[in-house]
Amino acid sequence: MKAAFNLLVALFGMWLLWSGHYTPLLVSIGLVSCLGVVLLCQRMGIVDREALPLDLTWRTLRYIPWLALEVVKSNLDLARRVLSPRMPISPQLIELQATQKTDLGLVTLANSITLTPSTVTIEATSDGRLVVHALASDIAEDLLKGEMDRRVTRVEGSVAGTMENTA
Amino acid sequence: MPGALDILSWACLLAGSFFALVSSLAMLRLPDFYSRVHGASISDTMGAGLILLGLVFQAGLSLVTVKLGLVLMFLVITGPTSSHTLAKAAYRLGLDPQLRSKEENASSQN
Amino acid sequence: MFAAPMIAILVSMAMLLVRAVKGPTVFDRILSVNSFGTKTVLLIAVLGFLTGRPAFLDLALVYALMNFISTIAVLKFTRFGSLAGKRLRPTEPQAADS
Repeated sequence: MKAAFNLLVALFGMWLLWSGHYTPLLVSIGLVSCLGVVLLCQRMGIVDREALPLDLTWRTLRYIPWLALEVVKSNLDLARRVLSPRMPISPQLIELQATQKTDLGLVTLANSITLTPSTVTIEATSDGRLVVHALASDIAEDLLKGEMDRRVTRVEGSVAGTMENTA
Repeated sequence: MPGALDILSWACLLAGSFFALVSSLAMLRLPDFYSRVHGASISDTMGAGLILLGLVFQAGLSLVTVKLGLVLMFLVITGPTSSHTLAKAAYRLGLDPQLRSKEENASSQN
Repeated sequence: MFAAPMIAILVSMAMLLVRAVKGPTVFDRILSVNSFGTKTVLLIAVLGFLTGRPAFLDLALVYALMNFISTIAVLKFTRFGSLAGKRLRPTEPQAADS
């Protein structure tokens, strides 16, 4: 119930932000449509704490700039590879054992890997085994060093407390 | 005379356009499906990010900036999700990735 | 002056269309179309600034979401049948599918 209410507040806030019309009639129509969406979600059974992951902690905020920097670096590297006439690539599949304990942490890692160009997560199982396609052997080695894994685990550690509360 | 913000904005827009072009070129040049996924993700991250950042500098501080940020956020969240789903579906349906090394085969191809 | 990014985006969209036509697998086509959609979002956003109507951004956001949903929908379709191109051997469907 609390999750549904939070979802309603978030949806209505979003509606207010996007509409730009604040006459009583339009606002009430917006409220009714937000209620409709929440009811629909409830029928589908997808209203839980994952519907609104508000676990932003200080460590999450520090992880995002690091990830952005990684993305920029690997973008430049990939652009150089694609533009060079000989295309120095050697695609390979690697297996990675993730150290995250929760699904959210695992998904964060898998998504971060995919977001970085030149590495794509192909498969992720809930016991933490990731199959990753990397474009070149040095990129694969970089990933296997596990820097990203360590950082995601640290973020997960800071979020874990709030997770048990609402579970 | 254009201000510093304008110049910054144009630099971002042009760099973003460059990365969009590189991404399409990668889609054309790379040898197999799994490597093309990497090409597509250039435009999802760098291309979209830089172009939208350039537009943010044009818009200044207003509601438009918030909307641009939301567009970027949605692109950054949905981009990897759909490319992961695509790669997983291809892998499950038995499309084998091409794993030969281009560096080794370069001499025999040219 | 917004014309330069627009031209670049349009050229890259044309290149993506080439990839979408050439295939060879259905996944290449879906990937191209998905990337095409991302480019369309950017095009709409830049077009909004070119014509001085930032309200176009609402359309861009809706397009971004629709693009994602359509990719997922097409992928779901490919699980059950082939759309075009090389037909792939389906593997055993796995029970606990996420």
